[in-house]
Amino acid sequence: MTNQTKSVIDNSLLKDTISDRKISWLERVLGPDNYRIVTGLLRTPASIAGFILIGFFILIALAAPLIAPPANPNNPYKIPRDGFSSQPKPMGAEWNRNQPPLPFWWKPIMKTDQWVHLFGTSDGQYDIFYGIIWGTRTAFKTGLIVTITTFLIGIIVGSISAYYGGRIDNVIMRIVDVFMTLPFILAALILAAILVPKLGRSLLPSMIALITFGWMGYSRIIRGDVLSVKERDYVMAARVIGVKDGRILFRHILPNAIFPTLVLASLAIGDVTLSFAALSFLGIGVEVGYADWGQILSFARNWITSLQTYWYIVVWPGLTLVLFVMGWNLVGDALRDVLDPRMRGRI
Amino acid sequence: MTNYIIRRLLLVPILLIGVTLLIFTMLQFLSPVERSALYVRDVPRNEKQLEGVIKKYGLDKPLPVQYWRWLVGHVDPLSGERTGGILFGDFGYSRTGSQPVIDLIKHRFPNTLDLTLWAVGPVILVGIWLGVQAAVHHNGWIDQLGRIFSIVGTSFPTFVFGLLVLMFFYANLRWFPPGRISDEFSSLILSDSFHHYTTLLTIDSLLNGRLDIFWDVIKHMLLPILTLSYISWATLLRVTRSSMLETLRMEYVTTARAKGLPERDVIYKHARPNAMIPVVTLAGFSVVGLLGGVVITETVFNYPGIGSAAAAAAQNLDVVTVLGFALFNGLILIVSNLIVDVLYAVIDPRVRLS
Repeated sequence: MTNQTKSVIDNSLLKDTISDRKISWLERVLGPDNYRIVTGLLRTPASIAGFILIGFFILIALAAPLIAPPANPNNPYKIPRDGFSSQPKPMGAEWNRNQPPLPFWWKPIMKTDQWVHLFGTSDGQYDIFYGIIWGTRTAFKTGLIVTITTFLIGIIVGSISAYYGGRIDNVIMRIVDVFMTLPFILAALILAAILVPKLGRSLLPSMIALITFGWMGYSRIIRGDVLSVKERDYVMAARVIGVKDGRILFRHILPNAIFPTLVLASLAIGDVTLSFAALSFLGIGVEVGYADWGQILSFARNWITSLQTYWYIVVWPGLTLVLFVMGWNLVGDALRDVLDPRMRGRI
Repeated sequence: MTNYIIRRLLLVPILLIGVTLLIFTMLQFLSPVERSALYVRDVPRNEKQLEGVIKKYGLDKPLPVQYWRWLVGHVDPLSGERTGGILFGDFGYSRTGSQPVIDLIKHRFPNTLDLTLWAVGPVILVGIWLGVQAAVHHNGWIDQLGRIFSIVGTSFPTFVFGLLVLMFFYANLRWFPPGRISDEFSSLILSDSFHHYTTLLTIDSLLNGRLDIFWDVIKHMLLPILTLSYISWATLLRVTRSSMLETLRMEYVTTARAKGLPERDVIYKHARPNAMIPVVTLAGFSVVGLLGGVVITETVFNYPGIGSAAAAAAQNLDVVTVLGFALFNGLILIVSNLIVDVLYAVIDPRVRLS
């Protein structure tokens, strides 16, 4: 007891040299390394801009029924059609047929009961504005599901590979190599084409395809982190007292290795959305008329020669997709700087 | 060095077996009717025909047997004729292309190769140049511009960028059309008076002395090249910049400056060659990526390469064709990745010694 008191007194001598830094509750929860990542992200102007963009899209997704009320509340993802003519209608054209309910904000501003095609229509008279607003929900939905699933698969495969090492590691990493050999979009395209006749046109085929060929990156990253954490003394200690493998891996190693991969994964939603839109653009995936940015853009393919007139079919959904992806990329870019050990202490 | 190359070579058969197994697994999701396209030209119409085909080509045999058949094909005991067999270059019949898949690839691949040939220069040289400039002017306005450019570039989906340039340069200005060649020349290049020396349209037109055709073909390729370049520049810029910054901080660069070398020589003769090491691999992989057929870019510009063919087949759910393309792609990728890795070891001694 006296010894302990003494050491406390000894420490107090050091207090003048070590700055008396307050440790916030957040740092206590996250630990110093992870705390540095979080604060780094919150201090970079680029990533703040990114967070604002992402927040903006979250708001749109949440308020979709208010911004663009669905014609049929039971199936809001079906873009309402104003007739069936192939000729796109310009921006601001009036709704003639099947007009969905007027959004609450329209009348106070425009003083009229006539709802218009704000961003025009595509061929087949699908309302572009409606598609963009509800497409935001599709983007978040697919992005979240695909990201979470790929992340889980990647974590499990990568950490098992790193933890057991040796032959198992070798085999698993060669499987990863094989999955990475085929170009991502082509591989996803094939699987989606195989699944469409089986599952029908829906979000599912593209999502499964993106998951099947999307987990390898995470497993490589987590593998590196597990490899370093598993050499730490407390893991050895757990092993010595006879803790089972599964428990060591999931309770002792993973919580200390997972954070960088977790942050990376959370920012991959932008990329996933992009790939998903690319598949839709190529004509694989959801049924025609589903609120999905890639599909609205694919309508433009029929009007390549007259895009000077029908520019709004490309510009509005394109801009939306770019801003959405850019939001995640801005944060991701800042994150890369924070995670880069060479940049340590400069942010 | 030899050791490294041998170890790398040993990976090749593993990857080959892995990729064929992966594609074979995906084939198993197809019904026997669809899988019969691997061996016969016409889809079996009735039960009886189908049963005959299944029996003849062993489509109901255990999977290892089927896999072996798929690799080496089926040899008719009477005529000794071989049908199928990817090892012999028979990838089955394309329902949508109504010809053998391998012929479709043979028709389309020269176009992709042509595009790659002309895209490599702008993609790599400009990308590296941008990165070096950004690093040399670290934190200056050129660097900031580069940063914005690269973030916008990585956020721009290929098809959105492609559609936008089509809108400006084709729909509005009528300068650069999509497709491969103008209608006025399309029948001419198929006639006997036009000799196909290399099957690459740009080079053939030059060899035939038809500058007008050459210019026409280039005009059709400019927008795809611009799109491919823009997308790759963003990544190349970023990697070159960080690698260059790291090199510029090294002591030998300080030494070079201290002994009074002009800044030009320090940057371009001392720093740049070493900074290029990671860049070369990335550049190698982007060329490999181009060669594999750029699915989206080719589709947007209606360019008849292997990428757009694969996309069209997938859209029509012609899986046997798409898998054939994937197989071809996989082979190209495995071989060219090998070349890139070996080249990497040649230029960087640290790799081959470790």
